[in-house]
Amino acid sequence: MDLSSINPIVLIASMMAAATPILLAATGELICEKSGVLNLGVEGMMITGAVCGFVVAAGTGNPWLGFAFAALAALAISLIFGIITQVLMANQVATGLGLTLFGLGLSALIGQGYQGVRPPRVPRIEIPYLSDIPVLGRILFSHDPMVHISLLLVVAVWVFLKFTRAGLILRAVGENHHAAHALGYRVVRVRLMAIAFGGAMAGLGGAYLSLVRVPQWTEGMTAGAGWIALALVVFAAWRPWRLLLGAYLFGGIVVLQLNLQAAGVRIPVEYLAMSPYLITILVLVIISSSRGRNALNAPGSLNRTYHASQ
Amino acid sequence: MKRRTLLASSAMALGLAVSPALADDPLKVGFVYVGPVGDYGWTATHDAARQMVEEHFGDGVETSYVESVPEGADAERVMTQMALSGHELIFATSFGFGPDANNVAARFPDVKFEHATGYTQDHDNVSLYNARFYEGRAVIGHIAGKMTETNTIGYIASYPIPEVIMGINSAYLHAKAANPDVQFRIIWVYSWFDPAQEADAATALIEQGADVLMQHTDSSAPIAIAQENGVMAFGQASDMVAFGPDAHLTAILDEWGPYYIERIQAVMDSTWQAGDVWHGFAEGMVALAPLNERIPEDVRAEAEFMIEAIAAGEYHPFTGPINRQDGSPWLAEGETAPDGDLLGMNFYVEGITAEIPN
Repeated sequence: MDLSSINPIVLIASMMAAATPILLAATGELICEKSGVLNLGVEGMMITGAVCGFVVAAGTGNPWLGFAFAALAALAISLIFGIITQVLMANQVATGLGLTLFGLGLSALIGQGYQGVRPPRVPRIEIPYLSDIPVLGRILFSHDPMVHISLLLVVAVWVFLKFTRAGLILRAVGENHHAAHALGYRVVRVRLMAIAFGGAMAGLGGAYLSLVRVPQWTEGMTAGAGWIALALVVFAAWRPWRLLLGAYLFGGIVVLQLNLQAAGVRIPVEYLAMSPYLITILVLVIISSSRGRNALNAPGSLNRTYHASQ
Repeated sequence: MKRRTLLASSAMALGLAVSPALADDPLKVGFVYVGPVGDYGWTATHDAARQMVEEHFGDGVETSYVESVPEGADAERVMTQMALSGHELIFATSFGFGPDANNVAARFPDVKFEHATGYTQDHDNVSLYNARFYEGRAVIGHIAGKMTETNTIGYIASYPIPEVIMGINSAYLHAKAANPDVQFRIIWVYSWFDPAQEADAATALIEQGADVLMQHTDSSAPIAIAQENGVMAFGQASDMVAFGPDAHLTAILDEWGPYYIERIQAVMDSTWQAGDVWHGFAEGMVALAPLNERIPEDVRAEAEFMIEAIAAGEYHPFTGPINRQDGSPWLAEGETAPDGDLLGMNFYVEGITAEIPN
C-alpha cells in the first residue's frame, strides 16, 4: 500500500472530469422532474447522444458539431417519450424504461462500423495565469471546456428555478398541475419543453463519454451512467447545488476506486460499484422518515398523468 | 400404382438433388466471439484469422460468427444454435466459454469444438488451443524496464486468472532484470472489454506516475489515453499503433490463422482429433508488432535477440531462481517452469508489491 502516490489535487481534477457526464444528464433530469415528469429513459437518451455525437464528430472532424448533434438527437428521442406520456397519456415509468431499451438498441445499430474509429480531439483549455495558480489552477482550469459548461449549466438551472418567472411556472406545473392549469398555464407544453431540455442534456452527457472521456464508440458504453444520474436527482432532493455535490461524489467513487487499486489498497470493487445506489437509498430513508414527502422535496405531481378534464 | 411411381420418381429426384450437393457442400465453421469484431484487440485477431480461413479455402468453407457473446447461458445458446444449423466445427474463442463449449459438446458428439485458452476437456470432441503470450510479455517487460524514466509501470488487468497473472509475472521479471528499480502498479477492471473503465484506469495509473502502460484488456482506449498524456504503452492482441503513433511501443500479436486452417483441413480430411496445443513465438502464434522508432537501437537488438532465443527454445521466460511473492522458492537455479505450474498460476513472483484479489 502506498497512498503517497495519490496526488489529491490531480485526483480531484479527474473526479470532476469523471463526474461530468452524470452531472449533465442529472441536471436535465432535474428540470424534467421539477415539471412533474419522471423520465426513466436517461440511459437510452445518453447512449443515443453518445453514438450520434460520435458519428458526427468523426464524420466532420469537429467535436463541437458532434456535441450539438448529440443534444439534438437525444432531444428528438426524448420527444417520443414526451408525446407518448403527455399527449397519449401513457404510463411514464413504463414508457421511460421502453425509451432506455430503445436507445440501447438504436445506438448499437447506428454505431455499426464506428467501432475503432478515432474521434477528433477536444482540446483542453489552458488559460494563461489562471491555469498556473498552484492548487486551484490544476483543479479548475486544466479541463476541456465541457467541464466548465456543465458547471455553468448547473448555475443557470439554479438561477432559472429560483429567480425567474418561467422557473416559477415550471415548478407550479410540477407541484400541482391542476392548479397551474386553473391559473392558465399550459401544462403539457411546459412539460414537453422540460422533457426536451432533459433529453438534450442527457445527449451532451453521452457525447462527453464518447468524445472526451474514452474517447471511442462501443456498444453499451454508458454502462449504467443514466441510472446513476436518476439516483442522483433523488439523492440531491431536487436541488441544483446538492446535485453538483452528489455528482462529484458519485463520479468520484469510480476514480477513487481505480486510484486506490493502483496504490495497492485492497478493496472489493463490487461494494464501491453499488455504493451510489446504497447512498441514494440511505438518503431516501433518512429524509423521508422525518417529515414525510414534504421533507423529501419531491415535486407534488411527479409521475402523475395529467389531463385538463380531470 | 401411380402414387407409387410418383413417390419413387420424387425420391429419385430428391436423391439426385441431394447427393451432389453433399459432395461439394461447404464445411460450415462457426466462430463465437466474446467482444465486437471491431475491438482492434482479441476478437479482431480471431476475426482476421476467420477471414484468412475464407481466403484459403474459398468455396470449401462457409464461416459464420456471432460477436459480443456474454460468457454463460448466452454462449451455450449460440453454440447450440450453431450445432443445430449444421456447423461441423465451432471455435469458442474465450476462456469463459469453457463450460458452455463442453456442455454443448456433450449433446452434439459429431460436432467438433475448439476452445481457446481453456483447460477443461470433458469430451473427446473438445480441443484446446492457446498461445504462449507470456513469451511476448517477457519481451515487452524488458522493453518497458529499459524505457521507463519514472521506474513505474502501469498494468491494466482484466480478471485474476492464471493467464493474466502469468503475464504480469513474466513482464515484471523481465522489467526488473532490465531495471532493478522498476515497480508495477496494477488495476483490475474485471472486464475483457470496457473502454470507459480501461480509459479511467489508464488515467489513474498515469496520475500515479506510470510512464509505460501495459494492458491485458482488449480495447485501444489505454493507447489513446497514453498518447494524449505523452506516455508510452503496449498494444494488445493486434497492432494498435493507429491509436497512438508516439505512445505505441509495440504490441503482442495473436496469429490464429495458420492454426485454424490446419484444424479445418483436418476436419475435411477426417483426421481431426481433440488436442491440446500451446504455441508461442516458435510456431508463430505469438509475434510482436513493428517496434516504435523511439526505442533505442540497443534495446531493439536485445528484444530481437530475446525473441530468437525463446523461439529456438534456448531461453524460457520463467527460468529459476524465482521465488514466490512470500519469499518461498518456486524454481531453483536453472530450472524452467513446467507448463502445469504456469497454467495454474495463482501467485505473484517476489518483488511485486500488490496483492491478487480473490
